[in-house]
Amino acid sequence: MKGLLGLKLGMSQIFSEDGTVTPVTIIQAGPCFVTQIKDNSSDGYSSVQLGFGEAKESRLTKGQKGHLGLLPTDEKHPQRKANHGIPALRYLREFRTSKTSEYEMGQQLTVEQFEAGDHIDVSGVTKGKGFAGVVKRYGFAGGMKTHGQSDRWRAPGSVGATSGTAHVFKGKKMPGRMGGKRYTSQNLEIVRVDADRNLIAVKGAVPGHKGSFVVIRDAAKG
Amino acid sequence: MSDLLLKAFDKNHGENLPQLHVGDNVTMHLTINVGQKNQRVQLVRGIIIRLRNGGARRNFTIRRIAANGIGVERTFLLNSPLIEKIDVHRHAYVRQANLYYLRGRTGKSARLRERRTY
Repeated sequence: MKGLLGLKLGMSQIFSEDGTVTPVTIIQAGPCFVTQIKDNSSDGYSSVQLGFGEAKESRLTKGQKGHLGLLPTDEKHPQRKANHGIPALRYLREFRTSKTSEYEMGQQLTVEQFEAGDHIDVSGVTKGKGFAGVVKRYGFAGGMKTHGQSDRWRAPGSVGATSGTAHVFKGKKMPGRMGGKRYTSQNLEIVRVDADRNLIAVKGAVPGHKGSFVVIRDAAKG
Repeated sequence: MSDLLLKAFDKNHGENLPQLHVGDNVTMHLTINVGQKNQRVQLVRGIIIRLRNGGARRNFTIRRIAANGIGVERTFLLNSPLIEKIDVHRHAYVRQANLYYLRGRTGKSARLRERRTY
């Protein structure tokens, strides 16, 4: 498993030696801490939970603090988790993997597990587009502007047959809320890795606005 | 902070180029790849008619009069590694940010008053 959590910083472009321009999205990724290791005996499946993004301790609930091992053990609470050098973290995400033995609590993962040329999937929440029509939302062609038409440029057209079906089928593409949903950009190429500043430059676009939270995984279809 | 990180990521090739102004008469030294191995330098001389800012995407447009009096405009990315050198020959006194009005003019009326710097 290769995985990281990060923030989308924005887009830029990188020049190659011969002057070719590559559009890139720059992601501030990691360092992430291993905050929990699950295996078959404890949870019925195996995975590694990573945490990212330092937060004020006062912003966490007591449950979150306890999970990260930030609450001290005392006589009243002898059962509390030990701290593994994990600070207060804002984001926690799980990564399914069978190789849990390679990880230990509090271990730090950085961008160094990736290198230029690797392919990754990046998940995030897309920008909200509001209530969008069918042309923007599904790429419908709309109607004709001329030939005697009026007010039909961006209309969806017919939504079904008449008495044969007598109803509009479920799932028919219609106007509605667009964006603001989780989306995964697959098979993006890593163009550059900056280990000093924990940055990754990925070819192409990544879901979300600047500063939004993204999850980086090994390409599923790589 | 994220903005600074973004900027730190861009390698600014354009830093060793001279300060450019709209109306400057310049010669561009461009690396041209001919086939696999042959590299040569091409010269393009003309007037800068616009400068556009945009971080890594900064660019500018040069207008020159080619053969038969045909105007040719070419836009360059300031950070492009293909720009070897830029010679600035003269600055001009201009009142517009973009010198699009030169497009409609030829000959004497297409001249710009020189701005001398001492």
